[in-house]
Amino acid sequence: MPWDRNQMAARAAEELEDGMYVNLGIGIPTLVANYTGDKDITLQSENGMLGMGAFPFEGEEDADVINAGKQTITELDRTSYFDSATSFGMIRGGKIACAILGAMEVAENGDLANWMIPGKLVKGMGGAMDLVAGVKRVVVVMDHQNKKGESKLLKSCTLPLTGAGVVDRVITNLGVFDVVEGGLKIIECADGVTEEELRAATEATIIN
Amino acid sequence: MKKVYSSAGEALDGLLFDDMLIAAGGFGLCGIPELLLSAIRDAGTKDLTFASNNAGVDDFGIGILLQTKQVRKMMSSYVGENAEFMRQYLEGELEVEFNPQGTLAERMRAGGAGIPGFYTKTGVGTQIAEGKDHKEFDGETYIMERGIVADLAIVKAWKADDTGNLIFRKTARNFNVPAAMCGKVCVAEVEEIVPRGSLDPDHIHLPGVYVHRIVQGTHEKRIEQRTTRKKESA
Repeated sequence: MPWDRNQMAARAAEELEDGMYVNLGIGIPTLVANYTGDKDITLQSENGMLGMGAFPFEGEEDADVINAGKQTITELDRTSYFDSATSFGMIRGGKIACAILGAMEVAENGDLANWMIPGKLVKGMGGAMDLVAGVKRVVVVMDHQNKKGESKLLKSCTLPLTGAGVVDRVITNLGVFDVVEGGLKIIECADGVTEEELRAATEATIIN
Repeated sequence: MKKVYSSAGEALDGLLFDDMLIAAGGFGLCGIPELLLSAIRDAGTKDLTFASNNAGVDDFGIGILLQTKQVRKMMSSYVGENAEFMRQYLEGELEVEFNPQGTLAERMRAGGAGIPGFYTKTGVGTQIAEGKDHKEFDGETYIMERGIVADLAIVKAWKADDTGNLIFRKTARNFNVPAAMCGKVCVAEVEEIVPRGSLDPDHIHLPGVYVHRIVQGTHEKRIEQRTTRKKESA
């Protein structure tokens, strides 16, 4: 059985180590926060906050406390606030240990595409290009295949890039891969998924 | 020198002209200079270029100036929440220059700090890098981005004293600091103007040297994505 969204998020949470400052993207990456257990993790929101808390209780929303997805959130006793230039200074400067984000395509050389589809509505890259260029480790969490059943792990990306050679690890519903010299290396198969099935579902070169 | 004005319209008097570049603070609808944007709409200034992370929603934020077709160009990182924006963009009525969010913030900060250009690895190997100067430092490739100096900066803060020292509140600080820095003139709207001496000098987020005019007003502070959780019943 392939992993579901929550299992993918739980697997991604294993990437995080005690004491890390981490940025989580929108979608499945947001769920990672539910699976960090006892680890002391500080979440960064690139609009200017370290130490992101849970959603507020109904009636306690504060228009001045939002995350990068513009959702109302809460602060913690460790929270700090800062301006956008400082926020991206810590991202670009490599102070954020890890970013976990979604993707449309990942190539075997670590190229990442997740910000635009030519000919469709283009909304912008937001902070994604800065994050993938700046943070120490980039972990992508995404479905292995698109809606047509085609591999999203490619020999080279077809969509405009968010970053070139930036991805370190990919967690899909079928397994876990590292970007290494020459292609992707299978680190782990999802429960009940065989290595043969993984290879068959993947366009990118698998080197092990 | 008197910095406090009695209305947003008065605070902008003599500062607006067609075809100008305005840097605006805010992230989404959080911490946007909503009163000054309304005053710009009322003034009818045209062909504006905005350096602003987002473009508001249809009826709030910069969105109200799109409705009146006062905006010619946006320099932004994300513009996804605005139907009129998309219509004008797809019809070719509105020009958009996408900037990575951190690059936009640093372009404003740099412009305000007297730095005309800087090198960053953000966007290397992407569309963003096309046509830009590339340079290697310590074996890594970087691209040059230009500092932004705006004709006018409009920002929103929580508290000010009458000398223009500003304090922001929580994540409403966001782009307001770099936007204020890059303006040749900066107008700040605030929730409260407090007596001189009542702000702790150690807690000022933006010194008054960057702020030329101040107006106090009542803010709607609209929430874009109201997200809550239920209290667990005991």
